[in-house]
This record gives sequence, C-alpha cells and structure tokens, in this order.
Amino acid sequence: MSRVSPADDGVPVGRRHLPSAAQRRRAAYRRRQTTRSVLVAATSTAVLGTLLVVAVTGAPGWDRVRRSFLDPTIALDALPEVLVGLWLNVRLLVCCAVGALLLGLLIALLRTLRGPVFFPVRALAAGYTYTFRGLPLIIVLYVLTLGVPGLRLQGMPPVLVLGGLALVLTYGGYLAEVFRAGIESVHPSQLAAARSLGLTYRQTMRHVVLPQAVRRVAPPLLNDVVALQKDVGLVSLAGPIDAVRAAQIATAQSFNYTPYIVAGVLFVLLAIPLIAVTDWVTLRAARRQSGG
Amino acid sequence: MAVLTCQGVRKEFGGRVVLDGLDLTVDEHQVVALIGASGSGKSTLLRCVNLLEELDDGTITLDGEEISDPRVDPDRVRRRIGMVFQSYNLFPHLSVLENVTLAPRRVHRRARADAEAQARELLARVGLADRADAYPDRLSGGQQQRVAIVRALANSPRLMLLDEVTSALDPELVGEVLAMIRDLKADGMTMVLATHEMGFAREVADQVCFLDAGRVVEAGPPARVFGEPTQPRTRQFLRRIIEAGRL
Ligand SMILES: Nc1ncnc2c1ncn2[C@@H]1O[C@H](COP(=O)(O)OP(=O)(O)O)[C@@H](O)[C@H]1O
Ligand SMILES: [Mg+2]
Repeated sequence: MSRVSPADDGVPVGRRHLPSAAQRRRAAYRRRQTTRSVLVAATSTAVLGTLLVVAVTGAPGWDRVRRSFLDPTIALDALPEVLVGLWLNVRLLVCCAVGALLLGLLIALLRTLRGPVFFPVRALAAGYTYTFRGLPLIIVLYVLTLGVPGLRLQGMPPVLVLGGLALVLTYGGYLAEVFRAGIESVHPSQLAAARSLGLTYRQTMRHVVLPQAVRRVAPPLLNDVVALQKDVGLVSLAGPIDAVRAAQIATAQSFNYTPYIVAGVLFVLLAIPLIAVTDWVTLRAARRQSGG
Repeated sequence: MAVLTCQGVRKEFGGRVVLDGLDLTVDEHQVVALIGASGSGKSTLLRCVNLLEELDDGTITLDGEEISDPRVDPDRVRRRIGMVFQSYNLFPHLSVLENVTLAPRRVHRRARADAEAQARELLARVGLADRADAYPDRLSGGQQQRVAIVRALANSPRLMLLDEVTSALDPELVGEVLAMIRDLKADGMTMVLATHEMGFAREVADQVCFLDAGRVVEAGPPARVFGEPTQPRTRQFLRRIIEAGRL
C-alpha cells in the first residue's frame, strides 16, 4: 500500500514514523552505553580468568594436585565403573521422584480435608510431615535399610527398595508442604465459583484447585527434585554401589582422587537439564504472573 | 408459584448478626433487586441461598423443597442455581470454552462435543463467539463478566443469583453486562440481584428489597420503593444515594 490514507484520529496510516532529534540523541547515547558495558565486562572476565589460571597452575603444589586429581588415564579407567553407578542414581532418582511427588500430593490433599470426621487423617498427615521433615535422611536410611531387615520378616524387599523408600518418605514430607502451599494459594473465591456450579469437593480439587496450585509451585517442586538427585547416592551407605561409591572404590584402588572428579562432572552433567527445566518453568511462571 | 422462599433466615459471623430473621419470596419469572448499604448482608443472603454458608436459623425452600435441610445434598441444589460474583471468578487456567463447559461435562456428564456446541451457541448469543478459545486474562472485565454469566447459564438454572456483577467494571463496560441481564429477564429467567445500580434496579426489577441490619426493611415495586418510601431508613439510604449522584 503506497497510498497514504488518514485514520480516524488524523494520523496518516502507513507513513513511517521519523524519530525526533531528541529521540535520536537518546538512542545514540543508549547504544554507546551498551558498547561500553560489553567492553568492560569482556575485559574484566578475561583479566580475572587469566589471573585464576596463572594462580592455580603457578602454585607450588599444582603438579602434585594435577597428578592426583586430574589424571586422564585413571579417569578413563574409572569411567565404566562410575557410569554403572550413575545408572543406579538415575533409576533411583526417577522412581523416588515419582514416588515422592505422589506421596507429597496425597499428604497435602489429606491435610486440606475439613470437618471433624477427617480429624484423624489430618492429624496423621500432619504428624508425618513434621516427623520426616525433622528427621535427618541418613537416620531414616539406616533405620529402613539396616534396622528393618533385622526383623527377618518373610518377603522383605531388597535393600535398594528400602533405601528408595527412605528417600520417598523424607522427600514426600518436603513436597507435601510445597503442594499444600500451592493449594492454599488458590483464592477461596475460586472454590466458591466451582462449588456454586455444582462441582463436588473432589471435582473442584481436581479441575480447579490442583491445576492452578501445581502450576504455581512447579519451580520449588522441581528444585526439590534437583536436591533429591544429589541425595539418592546416600543409599550406597547401605551397600548398593552408586556413582560416588564407585568413585570411592576406584580411588582406593589407584591411590588417586581423579575418579571423584569424574563422578562430580557426571553429576553436574546430569543435573544441567533438570536445572535448565526448572529455570525455564520458573521464568514462565513469573511471566504468567506479571502478564496478569 | 414461588421459586425461592426465605423464612426467618439468620446468619452470624463470630457473634455478629448479619442476617436477622430475614424473609423473602421470589416468584417464577420475577426479578428481585436487593439494595442496601455495604455490609447490610446482600452477599451473605445470596451465599446462604446457594448453600455456600450454613444457616444459623430459618428455612430456605427452592421449588417447594427445603434446601436448608442438612440431609439435602448441596451439590444437587447448586446445579439448579446459577451464581455470578462481583469479581467474575473465572478459572484462569481454563479457556473461555472450558470455563463454560466444565459444569455441563463434569456435573451433568454431558459429552464433550455436545457441551461445546451448547457453549458456543450461548457465547454466540452474547457476541463472544470469537473469544471461545481465549484465556480469561486476555478479556476485558465486561467480557469476563459476560462469560461468567454464560458459565452459570450453561447449567440451565432455575434461579440466577447475581451479586453486584457490575461493581468491578469500568463505567463504559457496565452497559454490556446490564444488557445481558435485560435479555435474561426477557427470556423469563428468575433472578435475585444485589446491586448498587439503582437506575438499573428501577428498570428491570419487579420487586425491590431494601436490606438494613440483616432484615428486609422495605419491599415493593420499584416505583413505590424509590418513589414513595415509607420507612425512614429507606428514605435516608436513598437520600445518600441521590447525593452521591447514583440515582
Ligand atoms: N465469612 C465472613 N466472616 C466474617 N464476617 C463476614 C463474612 N462474610 C461477611 N461478613 C460480614 O458480614 C457483613 C455483611 O457482609 P455482606 O453480606 O458482604 O454485605 P453486602 O454484600 O451487603 O455488602 C459484613 O459486615 C461482613 O464483614
Ligand atoms: Mg456484597
């Protein structure tokens, strides 16, 4: 369209807006400022990085540290064992995360039930969250993996399952509180609106409250899953060999700490996607909030 | 025949009496406007009728059935009553269409296609057909409130309760919502509306009830209540309204 047609308010449609001199000066100033801050940031990063490398590699003990922590041959040797251990971490993480999320949700829902009929259920659920949030994970692990098998009951599950159960019980307590905070953050007027449509309490929870609650607390929930990822390795205290335990064994065999570094790097690599997802979900939640 | 009767309805909040033996009768196809100062108990009355609050005394009947009986299933009662709130209360995580079809699908167990067809038809009737897939935060206040009314209508209610449905709206958006209520009246819908829009109450209401201190102090056709109020408290209330330029 080349023809210029006047719009209702008298401003011609289709004509390009020419910035005023003042606006052009402002834009030029902002561009200069941006260039300057990029230069400052690049220089300071380069200087700091160089200083760090020089300080570390120039340290009197650097050669010894490099030999005992960063030996490539030992790293390669230890890698298969550590990877096998890591596979255990991954499987445990998936199972425990799912279990803890389901348990947390269930406990949170039980704690929101109203009325005297549900008092025992509420009390039990509250007691659970108080106990397992207060109890150190290691103690739960020892009790379940060392104490419970001591009962010598028929059909006792393997130690790995008991260890996983300890993780689920402990993290379920934290996640229940996160879910509960989410449920309580949904305004009562939403409940009134749902109930006034004839939805039952369960339908209201399922279709109105929980979808809003879970969206709101997805970032802290995922954050707890990231924390769980680091804690699943603690089952090795009861015998199963996870990545860290495998690295420990390799270290003891080679008198060299490099396997720990290998395990550490693998853990970070494993965590990166999870943390990235958490950040993305957090950002989206923040946008949604400010978007109104 | 009376669709709704309230007899001696009493409601306290922590010892503070909000409804104090209130009586009200609403006949079929009738529109009753509740007027009164803020805090006079209009919202509380509507919430009691919808069984969102438990009564402290009195009885409420809907189509001859005593719904204040504790043995009555409140969910079943609420399906027959549509309620619209001052703050719209649309479900923000659901689209307009999903908001409207939620109750027909989950409460009345209607098939999805069936419920959606009905919802689209209702939305089209109020000029919102093109917003069916939008989320509530993308709608103006007037559009949100009209969706909230459609959502209540999708249950085919016997009675509509409207609680100051235009009070949160920008002045230029009030008209579209009032027009919709006018259409409902023309369709014969039985309604109880709490309102501060005196001009509108005068126009659509068959009966105006002035609430004060938890009772209906004065009731009658709008021309009489607004024109020649007999109770001193009604006169005082109307004088303040006129001074505020709202009548
Ligand atoms: N859930 C509640 N808890 C305590 N007080 C309430 C509650 N709901 C309403 N009230 C009180 O009851 C009175 C009447 O409120 P309301 O029915 O909202 O009046 P209106 O709608 O006429 O402005 C007010 O004083 C209000 O503070
Ligand atoms: Mg009110």
